[in-house]
Amino acid sequence: MNESNEEETRDRGFAEALAPAGFAAGIILALIGLVIAGESNSGWIVLAIGVVLALVFGFSWAYRATRGLRETPEPPPELAAPDVAEEPEDAVAPKRYSRGVFLTGATAGVSGLIGAAVTVPIVGFAVAPAFVGQGERDIDLGPIDNFPQGEFVITTFDYRDNEAPSVNRRTAYIRNNGFINEVPSFTVISNRCTHLGCPVQPAGPTGAPVELETASGPVSLTRVQPANFSCPCHGGAYDTEGNRTAGPPVRALDRYSFLIRNGNLVLSERFSVSEVTGEGANARMKAFKLYPPGTHVDGPDEWMTPWVS
Amino acid sequence: MAARARSARQQQIEQLLLAPINWIEERSGLVSATKRFLFRKVPRDVSWAQTLGSATLTAFLVQLATGVILAMYYRPDPATAYASIQHITNDLTWGWLVRGMHRWGASVFIILMFLHLGRVFLFGAYRYPRELNWLIGVLILVLSLLEGFTGYLLPWDQTSYWATVVGININGTAPILGPFIADFLKGGAEIGTETLARFYSLHMLLIPGGLIALIGLHLYLVTRLGVVSPPWSKEAAGRERDEVETRKRGLVEPRPRGNANRNGSDQA
Ligand code: HEM
Ligand code: FES
Repeated sequence: MNESNEEETRDRGFAEALAPAGFAAGIILALIGLVIAGESNSGWIVLAIGVVLALVFGFSWAYRATRGLRETPEPPPELAAPDVAEEPEDAVAPKRYSRGVFLTGATAGVSGLIGAAVTVPIVGFAVAPAFVGQGERDIDLGPIDNFPQGEFVITTFDYRDNEAPSVNRRTAYIRNNGFINEVPSFTVISNRCTHLGCPVQPAGPTGAPVELETASGPVSLTRVQPANFSCPCHGGAYDTEGNRTAGPPVRALDRYSFLIRNGNLVLSERFSVSEVTGEGANARMKAFKLYPPGTHVDGPDEWMTPWVS
Repeated sequence: MAARARSARQQQIEQLLLAPINWIEERSGLVSATKRFLFRKVPRDVSWAQTLGSATLTAFLVQLATGVILAMYYRPDPATAYASIQHITNDLTWGWLVRGMHRWGASVFIILMFLHLGRVFLFGAYRYPRELNWLIGVLILVLSLLEGFTGYLLPWDQTSYWATVVGININGTAPILGPFIADFLKGGAEIGTETLARFYSLHMLLIPGGLIALIGLHLYLVTRLGVVSPPWSKEAAGRERDEVETRKRGLVEPRPRGNANRNGSDQA
C-alpha cells in the first residue's frame, strides 16, 4: 500500500513540474526565435513553436494551480437548507452598519484622498520634467566654406543653451560631398556609438583645430583623414559611411539632418540609420527616427520600443 | 560555589549604574526589547556561515556613516563635483581615508551580500516559512545595486560619466519601457545637470531610505522566525532520528510536554 502511494506521489510530482518547465522552455524558445528572426526567417518558426508551447503549458499550469480555487466547497449540511419557513419573510431585518464600520470607511476614504492629493504632484514632479520640453535646438556651425570637399571635419559644438559646459559639448564627423544637382551634400555622423553611447573616435591624422564663434556658441573644426571610426568602450568599429564593421554595435552610426541657412551649415534633428550603401554623395541609406543606442531599428527588436521619441 | 555576597557599597554602585537604564526600561520597554533582539536562541549547530548577514549589515552601516560625512564636503553640481572630490581626497584631513572606506566599502558591501545570499541558498533557508524574507532580500539586493550605480556617477570624472552613459543606455534597451526608464534616469533626453542632482538625491535619500526600511523588515523576520540549522545538522526539526538517542535535546527539538520527562531525563 505504501509503495503504490509513493509511486503516485512521484508521478504527480512529475506532472506538476512538467507544466512550469514546459512553460519556461516555451518562453526561452520564443526569445531565441526573436533573436534569430533578425537574421533569418526560420526564427519566426521557432518563435511560433515557443509561443504555442508557452500557451499550452501555461494554461495547463494555471489550470492545475487554480483547481483548488475553482472547486466550490460543499456547504456544510446544517447550512445547506436554511430553515426559511420558520420565520416570515418580513421579519428579516435589513442589513445594518454600525457607527464603527461607517467611521472606519470614512477615515480610509478621506485619508486616501489626502494621500492622493499629496502623492500625485510629488510623483508627477519626479517623473514629468524628464519628458516635457526636450526639443533639440538647431546648431549653427558657420560658413560651409570651412568644410573642404571630400574631407572629414571633427566638429564640436554646444548642444543646448543653459547647460553646464562639462556635459554640453557634442561632436559630429562632417564630410562635404560637393553638390548633387546644385544641392550641397553633407555626411553628418554623430559620434555616439550605437552600441551603448560612448564617443567613437576617427582613426587617422588630424590637422590643427580652427575655433569660431557662431550664433550657437563656440564651434571647433579639426580636419581629419579617418581610415574608420572606432569606439574605446567595447571595441565597436565603423567604416567612413558609419556602417558597423566590427564589435557589438547593432546598426550604423546615427546622423544629424542638416540645412543650409544664409550660407551656414546648420544641424537639426538626429536620426537613426540601419545601413548605408554606396559612398559619399551617392550614398543611400535607410533612415529611421532616432532610437536609443543598443536597439535595432528594423526587424522584431523594433516592436520592443514602440514609443521612441 | 555560591557567589560571594555583595557588600552594601557594591550594591549601591550597581543601583546607581542601573538607575538610568531602569528608568528608560520602565517608560519604553526598549531595554528588554533590545535584549530580546540580541540574545535570541539559535540552533546549537549554527556555523560561521550564519554571520554573513551581520557582516553585510556592518558594511551597510559603514557606508551610511562614511556617506553622510562625505555629503558634508561633496557638491553635486557639474561645475564643482569633480573639484570637490579632489578636495576631499587631497586637502581635507582624513578625507582620503573616509572616501576610500566608502569607495571600497561599496564593493565589500555588495560582495558580502552575495555571499550571504549564497549561504541562504545553499542552506535551503529560503523555504517555508522564510520565503517572504528571501523576497525582501531580493529587493534589498536590487536597491543596493542601484545604490552602487547612482553613487558611481558622483565623482564626475571620465570613467564615471561614460560608465553611467553606458549603464543608462543598457536600461534604454529594455523592451517597451526601456526608453522611458532611460529618460527618467537622465532626467531628460540627455545626461546633464539634472542627471547628477537626480542621482545624488537617489543615492543619498531615496534608496538609502528604502534600504533602511527593508533591512528593518528583514531583521524583524529573522528575529520572528529564527535561523535554520545547517543542512548537515543531525538535530534539526523534521530530520530522521538515529536509532539510539545519545544527544541532548536542544531548541530545535524541544522536550516532549507533560510530566513524563520533567526530571531531567534526556532519553525520550
Ligand atoms: C546611506 C548611505 C550612503 C550615503 C549617504 C552615501 C553618500 C555618498 C556620497 C556623498 C558620495 C560622493 C563621495 C564620493 O564619491 O566619494 C558617494 C559615493 C559613492 N557611493 Fe555612496 N552613500 C551611501 C551608501 C552607499 C552604498 C550602500 C553604496 C554601494 C552599494 C555606495 C556606493 C557609492 C559609490 C560606488 C560611490 C562613488 C565613490 C567614489 O568614487 O569615491 N554608497 N556616496
Ligand atoms: S559603447 Fe561603443 S562599443 Fe560599446
